[in-house]
Amino acid sequence: MVITRKVEFSASHICRNPQLSDEENRELFGLAANPHGHGHNYVVEVSLQGDPHPLTGMVLDLKELKEILNREIVAPYDHRFLNYEVPPFDKVVPTTENIARDIWQRLEPHLTSADRHLYSVRVYETPDLYVDYYGEQPCTT
Amino acid sequence: MYHITRRYGFAASHRLHARQLGAEENRRLYGKCNNPYGHGHNYVIEVSARGPADERTGRVLDTGRLDQLVRNQVLTPFDHRNLNAEVGAFHDVVPTSENLAIEICRRLKTNWSTVFPGEWPKLHKIRIAETERNIFEIEADEIQ
Repeated sequence: MVITRKVEFSASHICRNPQLSDEENRELFGLAANPHGHGHNYVVEVSLQGDPHPLTGMVLDLKELKEILNREIVAPYDHRFLNYEVPPFDKVVPTTENIARDIWQRLEPHLTSADRHLYSVRVYETPDLYVDYYGEQPCTT
Repeated sequence: MYHITRRYGFAASHRLHARQLGAEENRRLYGKCNNPYGHGHNYVIEVSARGPADERTGRVLDTGRLDQLVRNQVLTPFDHRNLNAEVGAFHDVVPTSENLAIEICRRLKTNWSTVFPGEWPKLHKIRIAETERNIFEIEADEIQ
């Protein structure tokens, strides 16, 4: 069974790889490379897979999940400039893909136990663009 | 592994009518959707690709290129069109949303390598919502 909880945060970012020239960055990222930055209302859906506990009937208490998401994701990300205030985005381009992976890495140690594991992290940058991340499994097919 | 999904919309009209069947049978089979004058929908399609994030860009794909492919292959030919009369694939095939999903997926899969020539990203899935309550999905691997 897969259970999902949603949280939101608002943040600004610049899509810019410091190893590339200004021109290359503009060509790769377009408007998103604007050096002053811009922002989004991000929506994050975190899904856990596991069996309901025979006693409680829950995969994980959603209240506990909410507390973990607020502590690990909303607190560090909300109303921040990701490139300047939220490592690793001082070194890693804060694309939606990399944000999904960072959220996965922050949450995984708090959510995976003997009877459940983190299944996916979905990050909406806008209602028309979202990324699903399934962990470090290699792309084979 | 990432899946990246982008949402698009187009408006089109269609009529569900199977030529091989009689008028009464078509009415019974398709109901309101068999209205001879046709009717329309605001279709919402989601195109999903899969792959690793590129080390240099941190992205699975360039969304601008995906937009260009979807615009050329789907939005321009389908938007504000009568699917039965103006899209060749539906001259002999009933434009149900199932068949529309197959056609969209086939067009994107056939032309994918012109925009994304490398091993990654791969076209993963098409999801089409005819209305908010009627939703159809097809994986690219299901298409020949």
